Amino acid sequence: MFELSLAQARDALRARKISARELTAAYVGAIEALNPEINAYITPTPELALQAADAADEALARGHAGPLTGIPLAIKDLFCTKGVRTTAGSKILSPFIPPYESTVTANLLRDGAVFLGKANLDEFAMGSSNLTSAYGPVTNPWTRHGDNRPLVPGGSSGGSAAAVAARMALGATATDTGGSIRQPAAFCGIVGIKPTYGRCSRWGVVAFASSLDQAGPVARTVEDAAILLGSMAGFDAKDSTSADIAVPDFAAACKRGVRGLRIGVPREYRMDGMAPEIEALWQQGLAWLRDAGATIVDVSLPHTKYGLATYYIVAPAEASSNLARYDGVRYGARSDGHDLTALYENTRADGFGAEVKRRIMIGTYVLSAGYYDAYYLKAQKVRALILKDFTDVFRDVDALVTPATPTAAFGQGDRMDDPITMYLNDVFTVPVNMAGLPGLALPAGLDATGLPLGLQVIGKPFDEETVFAVGAALERAAGFTALPTLRAGAAA
Amino acid sequence: MSYTLEGSTGTWEIVCGLEVHAQVISKSKLFSGASAEYGAEPNTQVSFVDAAMPGMLPVINRECVAQAVRTGLGLDAKINLWSRFDRKNYFYADLPQGYQISQFAHPIVGEGIVDVTLSDGSTKSIGVTRLHLEQDAGKSLHDQDPQRSFIDLNRSGVALMEIVSEPDIRSPEEAGAYLTKLRQILRYLGTCDGNMDEGSMRADVNVSVRKHGEAFRTRCEVKNVNSIRFVMLAVEAEAKRQIGVWEDGGEVVQETRLFDPTKNETRSMRSKEDAHDYRYFPDPDLLPLVLDADWVQSLKAHLPELPDAKTARFVSDYGLSAYDARILVMEQATADFFEAVAKGRDPKLAANWMMGDFFAALNRTGTTIETTPVSAAFLGELIDLITDKTINGRIAKEVFEAMVETGQAPAAIVAEKGLRQVTDTGAIDAAVDAVLAANTDKIAAYKAGQEKLFGFFVGQVMKAMAGKGNPALVNEALKQKLA
Amino acid sequence: MSLDPEAVRRIARLARLRVDDGQVAQIQGELNGILGWIDQLNEVDVEGVEPLTGGALMAMRLRDDVVTDGDQAEAVLANAPDRDGPFYTVPKVVE
Ligand SMILES: [Mg+2]
Ligand SMILES: [Zn+2]
Repeated sequence: MFELSLAQARDALRARKISARELTAAYVGAIEALNPEINAYITPTPELALQAADAADEALARGHAGPLTGIPLAIKDLFCTKGVRTTAGSKILSPFIPPYESTVTANLLRDGAVFLGKANLDEFAMGSSNLTSAYGPVTNPWTRHGDNRPLVPGGSSGGSAAAVAARMALGATATDTGGSIRQPAAFCGIVGIKPTYGRCSRWGVVAFASSLDQAGPVARTVEDAAILLGSMAGFDAKDSTSADIAVPDFAAACKRGVRGLRIGVPREYRMDGMAPEIEALWQQGLAWLRDAGATIVDVSLPHTKYGLATYYIVAPAEASSNLARYDGVRYGARSDGHDLTALYENTRADGFGAEVKRRIMIGTYVLSAGYYDAYYLKAQKVRALILKDFTDVFRDVDALVTPATPTAAFGQGDRMDDPITMYLNDVFTVPVNMAGLPGLALPAGLDATGLPLGLQVIGKPFDEETVFAVGAALERAAGFTALPTLRAGAAA
Repeated sequence: MSYTLEGSTGTWEIVCGLEVHAQVISKSKLFSGASAEYGAEPNTQVSFVDAAMPGMLPVINRECVAQAVRTGLGLDAKINLWSRFDRKNYFYADLPQGYQISQFAHPIVGEGIVDVTLSDGSTKSIGVTRLHLEQDAGKSLHDQDPQRSFIDLNRSGVALMEIVSEPDIRSPEEAGAYLTKLRQILRYLGTCDGNMDEGSMRADVNVSVRKHGEAFRTRCEVKNVNSIRFVMLAVEAEAKRQIGVWEDGGEVVQETRLFDPTKNETRSMRSKEDAHDYRYFPDPDLLPLVLDADWVQSLKAHLPELPDAKTARFVSDYGLSAYDARILVMEQATADFFEAVAKGRDPKLAANWMMGDFFAALNRTGTTIETTPVSAAFLGELIDLITDKTINGRIAKEVFEAMVETGQAPAAIVAEKGLRQVTDTGAIDAAVDAVLAANTDKIAAYKAGQEKLFGFFVGQVMKAMAGKGNPALVNEALKQKLA
Repeated sequence: MSLDPEAVRRIARLARLRVDDGQVAQIQGELNGILGWIDQLNEVDVEGVEPLTGGALMAMRLRDDVVTDGDQAEAVLANAPDRDGPFYTVPKVVE
């Protein structure tokens, strides 16, 4: 059962070879068995999942199968789900039960998906390790050879990625503000795509940095990710930044191949301190594409190196404002105070964790009187230059291929002392958010300790089809079959 | 000539600018689909967007944008085809998002003008700096509970236009005239009902004082003044306070103040609160507001005739005095009423009737042009009855009072009460003869030179005829018989 | 640019985050670390560059003026930590 990909499970359900109830029950069992160790879910919802599976079986029996009927998924706990607690990984939202369903999850429900529960994440999606969650860290299902020390799954969609990697879900929703889909996908040996900004509705997704946030899927294969994105994406009049552009058949694009495509290799992504294995894997990936008929082109993105610093102005600034609504008045946790200001200050000091407070303070500072021009306005201008870099190279190439992360997954106790070291995780992913482009991460090999390493494919705006075509070609060539240590269906 | 205040050190001039918040007339809110109507049960007109629930997003209302553009056009202002929404960040109990979506750096409407007429008949142009769209906040109720304030978000997210004037105002009268004129224009445009009691229009009053020829001194902002009279009082009270401060050797500090109408004074507001730092930045949930020039042009083509144009037309087309025209144009409904009455009739007679008996009746009965039982058609008919001599002027007043009371048509009242003017010379002669026969002593006096007595005879004849005699014929008969 | 303890307190106050005296020095160190690192942007020449405000490069859509929402006071109030009938409540605000 756990060996089936999402596409295979879908076909088996339609052929009535398996029932939705069997499939969901298997995943519910996997969560019961593995969640105490992996902590991928904050709120599992097994009863609701089994009910939904029964409804899926009825639909299948009537021949009314949607694209995802009976497919069990994990939902990042940043998506508001009607009647099901939504925490954003924060204590401040611990009692919050949304009276509404996010557009993306509503789209998945429309297509018949079964929700297994709410997946763990860095608090308000701020982090690259899942260590900032108020509900405890997530453990990466992978371990190094001969070393059982727990590793981080990446973040912020670490719960989603770990759940998919450990076979605690067939796929999952995730969000990506600076790399939060692609980095955990790379750390967990799975596939994740951040689509073009505007492709998925942000309505009902707890906001971190509105001009950067995008929802996307994590899944086991490129095709699975394409199927999920096809369901999640689409125009939504409730989101002013949603693009009114038709959703193409992403899954079909996976079969296109890369013959005749021009693939750019940005030289600035060759960074000091990058693991030699990652450099080697990158070269290998380019060789595979050349063998498959693509032309490899050297390109330059000169402002890439300023992406991270720009991001750490723009994202905290927007977050400082987006998180002002968590004030203990209308929903969420409240800490009392003798007056209104004390109530606000206590509620927010008690309800937010250290990293969230740090970013709120940075964001407040860079927007404050006298500093706006030097920080925020400057960052917006650099952001324009980063976009221009991409726009220029995309006149010449169809897609870019880079490493997904500078390193493989690291230990839960590492890199905790200095926030900036942690921020460097996102160095390859952040520029893509700054420019609003689609980016896909997929596993392409292992490092010497047996941990997965990922490559990133970056595309033109609203050209996810080419991204999927390149990703699928790399996937076929890489033949990545390694499995994590912790996973459902593994021999006990 | 110009308005000044006398202090112990000499003469002071007032410098004043107004920031008016005008609620946009629209069915739904600026960024959500909840109703913008006034007066609903608490928290019933609240969408999840207005309550700032997690993940909720704003989507702008086309009509609110159109209303802002119409208003800009009505103020002869520049319409900015590219504008943008910014967030104004601050924490307050009735501000759910923790920020107000407003337009700071790039407003939808730029510089415009409001021409006002003052009581001495002079006119003055007050500059408008800008008009921008923004969200209203919710409402805090402080008197429901000893320990707590209650929050109602029905108003949260309702569209406001903030209209900022230049510091061109130099007296309380000018402040009042500006607000009155602005409100009149908004009402004509149908973009704001101008109802200050319900808070759909309120003003922040910026006041400073200076000696003649000086540059501007420090100003204070008197917040949320909610009637035109209070604005005028606040300007004067705040100016006098500042003169006092300067003349006592002190320094006026820039601050936000409140006007207390019962004491007729302003007082410092939240003085201990830290300086505001609103951290404006472009709202990343929204995109630039880009208007189509053709769309703006079509809104312009459909604008109603505005007060100044209407006044000019009333003067040229109806031959009214500028003063009368301004009074009739004060409200659109009055102007429309006048035009309905005046159509095909003597416009001056129509104007006199409206500004005389008609306005008096509205005042006396506490009714308005919309609620009075006297329709424009009936008032017109009444004038017709006078013109065609069916009734005389005195009887017309009586008929009018009956119209006010009963709402009946004037012809029906005339018929029912038998008020038709008597033009039968036989009946008039008989009445004249009877009056003269009963007053032989006065005939002698009249003939001896007391010509005033003629009026007495007219009165007696009219009385005898229950007021219905045709005054001209009565005069004629009397003159003949007394000759 | 770097922050002194007073600036740390001022920012915390603006952001409505209670900061105890004992935390100021640590926060100051962390924020100054981040701000110092961000200062690398000083190298970038942005002369004449138009700032990029948002993630989407389109003009704004306008919605029709119809009432489509509201009439759901219970759903709006259901998550309130404290309420009184149809109202949210906060400690008394003095103006
Ligand atoms: Mg103001
Ligand atoms: Zn305002």
